[in-house]
Amino acid sequence: MLYREAGQFKTRYEADMAVFPIRQDVIGIALIIAAAYILPPFLGHFVIGTVLIPFLVFSLAAMGLNLLTGYTGLLSLGTAGFMGVGAYACYKLTTLFPEVNILVWILLSGFFAAAVGVVFGLPSLRIKGFYLAVATLAAQFFLEWCFVRIPWLFNYNASGAIEVPSRALFGLPIVGPSATPLTRYYVILTIVVGLTWIASNIVHGRVGRTWMAVRDMDIAAELMGIRLLRAKLLAFAVSSYFCGVAGAVMMFLWYGGGEAKDTFSINLSFTILFMVIIGGLGSLLGAFFGAALLHLMPIFLKFGLPAMGVPLGGATAEHLTHIMTGALIIFFLIVEPHGLARLWATAKQKLRLWPFPH
Amino acid sequence: MAASGERRIGDVVLKVENISLAFGGVRALNDVSFDIRAHEIRAIIGPNGAGKSSMLNVINGFYHPQQGRITFKDIARENFGPYDAASRGIARTFQNIALFKGMSTLDNIMTGRLLKMKVPFFWQLLRYGPAMREEVEHRRFVEGIIEFLEIQAIRKVPVGRLPYGLQKRVELGRALAMEPDLLLLDEPMAGMNVEEKEDMCRFILDINDEFGTTIALIEHDMSVVMDLSDRVVVLDYGRKIADGTPEEVRSNREVIDAYLGVRH
Repeated sequence: MLYREAGQFKTRYEADMAVFPIRQDVIGIALIIAAAYILPPFLGHFVIGTVLIPFLVFSLAAMGLNLLTGYTGLLSLGTAGFMGVGAYACYKLTTLFPEVNILVWILLSGFFAAAVGVVFGLPSLRIKGFYLAVATLAAQFFLEWCFVRIPWLFNYNASGAIEVPSRALFGLPIVGPSATPLTRYYVILTIVVGLTWIASNIVHGRVGRTWMAVRDMDIAAELMGIRLLRAKLLAFAVSSYFCGVAGAVMMFLWYGGGEAKDTFSINLSFTILFMVIIGGLGSLLGAFFGAALLHLMPIFLKFGLPAMGVPLGGATAEHLTHIMTGALIIFFLIVEPHGLARLWATAKQKLRLWPFPH
Repeated sequence: MAASGERRIGDVVLKVENISLAFGGVRALNDVSFDIRAHEIRAIIGPNGAGKSSMLNVINGFYHPQQGRITFKDIARENFGPYDAASRGIARTFQNIALFKGMSTLDNIMTGRLLKMKVPFFWQLLRYGPAMREEVEHRRFVEGIIEFLEIQAIRKVPVGRLPYGLQKRVELGRALAMEPDLLLLDEPMAGMNVEEKEDMCRFILDINDEFGTTIALIEHDMSVVMDLSDRVVVLDYGRKIADGTPEEVRSNREVIDAYLGVRH
C-alpha cells in the first residue's frame, strides 16, 4: 500500500526521465545509502572486513562487466585480467609518485585498464557470443602471464607480490597496514556510490541506448547510424575502467597486498560473470544482487547457521556451503532466468497494484 | 505542405543505375536502373525472390553491388555503408521486425535521434546540464511522433511484449525519428489484418503528405500498392521488367506473366 505512485504527477520531461521516477524509490535509495554510512561503526571488524568490503568490491567489478555483457551484449572472460591491470597500474603509480594521493591513483588506474580493454576489444567487431568469450580468454591468460613474468610490474620484489605501502588522506591512513577496516570501508563505499551514479547516468542516456541497440539488433543499430566498432570499443573502455578501479580497490583496500597470480585468476573472471548472470544482465541493481548472493550466501551458511544453533563443523560446513550455494543458484535461475533484478522488478510491479491483481 | 491538397513531385533524389549484385553464383540483381523523385511514393513489387529486399539493402549500404552506381541527392557513391546512408537521410524498416526487443517503445524511437545527439561524453557521465537539455529536446520530438502514430499508451512498454501490428508501428516511428529524406519500407503491411493495414496506409499517406518524405515501399498487397503509389517498378528474377504508373504496370503483359505464370 505504501508503494504507490498515485498522486505523483509529472509535468516536465526531466521528471519523467529521472532514474527513479517514483518517489518511494528515491526515499528507499536514500535510506539505504544513509544506512551504509551510519551503521558500520556499530558492526564488528569481522563483518566489515569479510562481508561488506568484499561485497562492495565484487559489486563494482560486476557492474563493470554488466556494462559490457549485460548492456552491450559482449561476453567477456577477461574481467580478472582487467582488474589486475588496474591493481598493477595503481601500484606502479603510487610507488613512482608517492606524493600524489592514493585516491587519485586508484581512480586513474582504471584508465590503464580501459586502454588494455580497448585493445582486447578490437576482435569484437568480427566475432560475437562464445567466440568473443574465447578471444577475451586470451586477454585473461596473456595478462596473467604479464603479472608473473614482468618483474618491473611488481618493482622486482623478491616475493613477486604487490606490497601495499601506507598512504594517508589528510593524515588519516586509508591504505596499508595501519588503516582500519572502517576507514577502508568508507573509502570503498564512497568510490562505489560515485561510480554507480556515473554508470547509471551512462546507461540512461544516449550512450546506454547505443549499447542496448547494439546488443538487441546490431543490423538495425547500424542503420540508425551507430558505428558498431566505436560503440563496442567504448563499452570495452568503460567496462574495463570500472573493472580496473575494482581491481585497484581490491588490492589496496581489501587484500592489502598479495600475489596477483592467485588473485586475478580465471576463477575470479568466472565468479564475476556468474554474479552478473544471476544478478541480472542489463541491470545495475543486478550487479549488487549477484554479488550479494554469490559472496554473502556462503558466508551466511558458514557462520550464520552455527550461530543459529545448527551444529556444523570444519569440513562439513565447507562442503555443505558449496552444495547449498549451488542449489540456491539453480533455484533462483529456475524461478527467474533473467536474474534477481528481474525478480525484484516484477515484485515491485505487483506491489504497485497490491492488493488488486490488475 | 499539405495545404495545397496535392503533393508536388520534385526532382530525382535517388538514381539507381545498372546495379548488378551476385552472391557467389546467384544473381540477385541484374542491371537494374530506376529513379525516385522527391515527395513521391514509389513501390517496388515482384514475386518472391525477385530481388526487392536486396535492392533496399543496396540502397542503404548493407550490400555492395558488383556493378552500377547509386546517386543520392546529387552525390554519387559507389560503395557506402549503412552509417553513410543513415547520416545522409535514408531510414528504413525491415520485413521481419528489427526492433530493439529489450528496450521500451520510447527508447526504441529515441535511438532514431542518436545521430542528432551531439553532447560530449563528459556530460553524459553527469546526465546534467547540456546532456539533460538535449535529452529533453529530443524527447519532445519523439513525443510528437508517438502522438502522430497514436501509441501513447505503450510508451513505456518493452517492445518485445507488444503485438505484431504495434511493433510494426513502433518500427515506423523509429525510422521517422531520423527525419529521413528517403524512407524505405520493406513490406510494412505483411501479416496484418484489414484494420491494421488501413491504419498503416493512413500513416504512410500522412507521412508523405505532412512531412513531404519520399517513400519507397515493397508490398505484396496489390490493392494497397495501386492505391498508394505514384509510380511502380517491377522486378522479376533480379531484372526490372516494368516501370511506370500503377495503371501502366497493371496492364503490362510481362508483369501479368510474372505474377500469374506463363505457359512455356
